[in-house]
Amino acid sequence: MNTMTEQVLTRYPGAGRDKLIPILQEVQETDGYISKEAVALIGRHLGVPASKIYGVATFYNQFRFTPKGKYHIMVCRGTACHVKGSADILERIERALKIKAGETSRDGLFSIEVVACIGACGLAPVICVNGEYHGKLTGDAVEKIVKSYQEREAAHGN
Amino acid sequence: MEQMRANGSAISFEQGETVLSALKRAGIRVPTLCHIECLPPVGACRICVVEDTATGQLIPSCSFPAAPGLSVATHSVKALRARKTIVELLLANHPDDCLYCDRNLTCDLQKLAEELGVRQRRITGERIAQFVDNSSPAIMRDPEKCILCGKCVRTCEEIQGVSALDFSGRGSKSRISTAFDRSLNLSTCVACGQCVMACPTGALTERSSLREVLNALQDPKKTVVIQHAPAISVSLAEEFGLPAGSDIMGLMTAALKKIGFTAVFDTSFSADLTIMEEATELVERVKGGGVLPMITSCSPAWIKFAETFYPTVLPHLSTCKSPQQMLGAVIRHYWADTQGLDKKAVYSVSAMPCTAKKFEAEREEMLVKGAPDIDAVLTTRELAKLIRMYSIDLGKLEPVACDLPFGERSSAGKLFGASGGVMEAAIRTAHYLITGRELENLVVAAVRDGEGLRETTLTLGGLTLKAAVVSGLGSARKVLDEVAAGKSPYHFIEIMSCPGGCINGGGQPRGLDRDNVKKRLAALYAIDAAATLRVSHKNRAVADLYGKFLGKPGGHLSHELLHTTYQARTDLL
Ligand code: SF4
Ligand code: SF4
Ligand code: SF4
Ligand code: FES
Ligand code: FES
Repeated sequence: MNTMTEQVLTRYPGAGRDKLIPILQEVQETDGYISKEAVALIGRHLGVPASKIYGVATFYNQFRFTPKGKYHIMVCRGTACHVKGSADILERIERALKIKAGETSRDGLFSIEVVACIGACGLAPVICVNGEYHGKLTGDAVEKIVKSYQEREAAHGN
Repeated sequence: MEQMRANGSAISFEQGETVLSALKRAGIRVPTLCHIECLPPVGACRICVVEDTATGQLIPSCSFPAAPGLSVATHSVKALRARKTIVELLLANHPDDCLYCDRNLTCDLQKLAEELGVRQRRITGERIAQFVDNSSPAIMRDPEKCILCGKCVRTCEEIQGVSALDFSGRGSKSRISTAFDRSLNLSTCVACGQCVMACPTGALTERSSLREVLNALQDPKKTVVIQHAPAISVSLAEEFGLPAGSDIMGLMTAALKKIGFTAVFDTSFSADLTIMEEATELVERVKGGGVLPMITSCSPAWIKFAETFYPTVLPHLSTCKSPQQMLGAVIRHYWADTQGLDKKAVYSVSAMPCTAKKFEAEREEMLVKGAPDIDAVLTTRELAKLIRMYSIDLGKLEPVACDLPFGERSSAGKLFGASGGVMEAAIRTAHYLITGRELENLVVAAVRDGEGLRETTLTLGGLTLKAAVVSGLGSARKVLDEVAAGKSPYHFIEIMSCPGGCINGGGQPRGLDRDNVKKRLAALYAIDAAATLRVSHKNRAVADLYGKFLGKPGGHLSHELLHTTYQARTDLL
């Protein structure tokens, strides 16, 4: 994993602070998230303290600091979905999984990400789990969906 | 000097000065929250606004340049209202915890609320529950009391060069955090406490050991002793409203006796002991081709800084323990025997101007068979609290002397309280060890008075030694980069973590007022000038300790009890 970050960094020889965001974006793309190890490496490369990198990264919603779960739930918070109650949807998922947006469950199965319009406004409110879209959701419906993934896992596990 | 107007009168200012600094010189106080005098202004909190009488506009005095023709009203109704609103906004999501807060009666925010007449919660903001971080042995962080002034962030980064803390998140989720919101003990924080000095609220405090000390004092099975660092006697007075720079050594000792400490010892004694060990080590390194430059090791935040950021420099550190730990070791492993006490029955407290000393006392390197030599460390602030708790009126006490044998000290040991002091004491003794003669002029002016880098070249017998002194970890980085690169021109370097040394330590009376620090410094120099015993090697109690117990400086027992090792900490973020 470090080597992936290192590879990204080789593309930015002698870079300074101004390259922090593009580097973070590339690292997230290759690793799926921003790890502590990656921050340490980036910090050394750019001469920026880890606390600063974390500060910058948490300012933007796009970065995550834990690996994605096996089931990555993207919750649309675009305008259409917002109007149709996506705030509730998000809250129900968070409650069902006992994690917040941007986090991953301890068993590594689920993660939640908040995204802007994912281009399915006709189906608002929408979530997308590992590429599978679920539309016209209600709080109860979304809880069922989460449960179905949990059951699927339990079945596999046994 | 040019002129502007404030409250109808002319006041003078220098080119490039801010309105705030001109006002201060004119004796006009305007409150500040985010401003740090020795750093460039950021203008974040706006509590310092004054009214421009020409335009009626409010301008932040801390960042607004003074200009000829400018006329301000510092306490117009408009300015006062604005300040009050700012405080009300800051209080909107602030806990009502004053009664239970470390800063009750000393809090800048509380004081402003009182001064500006805030009498009700007019504005209520959403409060986010956050955990108190008590993971560090030295520093406690209560994020709910944070007003996001950013002073800790700037102190940690710009003065100390550590950057353990920064702003993270955004909008209403903005907070001060370490990298990855880890607890402080897993961060690069070196426990220096300078952020505590800067913080206007109770969001940053030392981790208090008062309760442990009180419990020990009540325990009939324990013999409780205390040592106090060189900087304490010239700083404690301020906590009792006495003028800065008053030396209240005798009164403080009397107070500690009254509280019930069986013995009150002076860490300046073990500063002398440190000098004997450290000067011997330096001479050995110079003559025997050891690792040079040698760097002092009495400042525990500096030690953690080296371990975290300059692991390759660790062989340059003197292996000497700090005076606190040396005295702790001889109290437990020698003094207890002389008193017929069980080692384990001695509860050893130290009063220090420092938060990092709490961290030092707990270091695994400092444990002997799993037990610490120092059981509890109190900062100057905690010491004052302890004295108040016992309702002791310093004015009604007769001064008494510290207990022997660890009460005798040279004024060289006392100088440890100031940046440059260890160097000066070491030079006095190294000169004697090498040449057999005393320095003609004991005052080594080149290393006195100041925070930035100071250097001096000494000729001792046939040896030429280059020495440097620096305080404030941020300022130390340049010197250390040279050492790490193998390009340092020096033989001996003194590094103190806090700007100005222990007199400005992170456990001292709060605030960033350097005027008080200068007065503490002057007090130390006055003590030295008036002293008859001014060199560590003439301290008879130290010589006696070597004769009766330790053997010789740098000897076997010294190495076992008075020297230590360090660890690289590259896993911290
Ligand atoms: S930080 Fe100040 S205002 Fe806040 S609870 Fe403590 S004393 Fe009161
Ligand atoms: S104690 Fe020192 S190192 Fe730690 S956060 Fe505060 S200023 Fe930074
Ligand atoms: S912790 Fe203290 S110094 Fe730091 S931002 Fe908060 S209030 Fe300011
Ligand atoms: S707003 Fe949600 S899909 Fe467009
Ligand atoms: S003190 Fe001037 S803006 Fe904070």
